[in-house]
Amino acid sequence: MQDVPLFWYLALGLFMFTTGAVGVVVRRNPVVVFMCIELMLNAVNLTFLAFARYSPTLLPGMAESPQTWMTGQMMVIFVMAVAAAEVAVGLGIIMAIFRLRNQVDVDDMSALRG
Amino acid sequence: MIAALPTITPNQITFLALAGLAAMMAVGVVALNNPVRSAMCLVVNFFVLAFIYFTLNAQLLGITQILVYTGAIMVLFLFVIMLLNLSGKQIFPEKLDAKPVIGIAVGLGLFGLIASQVLLPMQKITKINAEYAYGSPQAIGKTLFTNYVWPFEVTSMLLLVGIVGSILLAKRKI
Repeated sequence: MQDVPLFWYLALGLFMFTTGAVGVVVRRNPVVVFMCIELMLNAVNLTFLAFARYSPTLLPGMAESPQTWMTGQMMVIFVMAVAAAEVAVGLGIIMAIFRLRNQVDVDDMSALRG
Repeated sequence: MIAALPTITPNQITFLALAGLAAMMAVGVVALNNPVRSAMCLVVNFFVLAFIYFTLNAQLLGITQILVYTGAIMVLFLFVIMLLNLSGKQIFPEKLDAKPVIGIAVGLGLFGLIASQVLLPMQKITKINAEYAYGSPQAIGKTLFTNYVWPFEVTSMLLLVGIVGSILLAKRKI
């Protein structure tokens, strides 16, 4: 893909990010809220990869290394790992709340105590 | 905007088709009422996103995207939807209050702000600076196990803590 500008990838990432943000604010189902958070994480991953390909960062510590375009990809790998851990723990929390209170409406989960 | 471009190449058509599908599915995740349909839209979105990674020459990360997101994470989501039995009364009909209006207004504001401040100055960047095989397993493995070996180890600790935490949360009595 030589002739697709960076701008297009960034526009898609921005659209997905704002859609996810709207979903987090609007939706009431905690599972769907989690899906929207995943959507936002993926939008950021896309932005990382686009920047890695089009304008690689020159970090101070990495300046002598020739592979400065690897930083974005490394970030994407770590974001994926963190997202997997986050989903496992977060869905466990949702299940625990459901067992405890037998309803999962985000609007009603305002009490900090169990 | 498309008509304003002088010529549109097959690569650009491919990207626009993939991006349009991904954007539609992203809207579907938010707009559809049934959580299972939202999950299916998200599966398609992640799958298409993997192909967009392929167009960026990030082959390994595209395959990882399919494996981790559409393979593992979405199965987890669907299991939780099944266990929560969110099909009947738990599909929340959207209340007619100010929340969707405020949410969409905030979203439009965010979109406008980032688009005007971050995206517009970058419209001119078309030159690809990374080398061709920058996304190959070889290149990623070499970087991950040399320059990024400590973050890699910290990530493994984080995953271990995540496993322990999810097992703890899955117990009958917390």
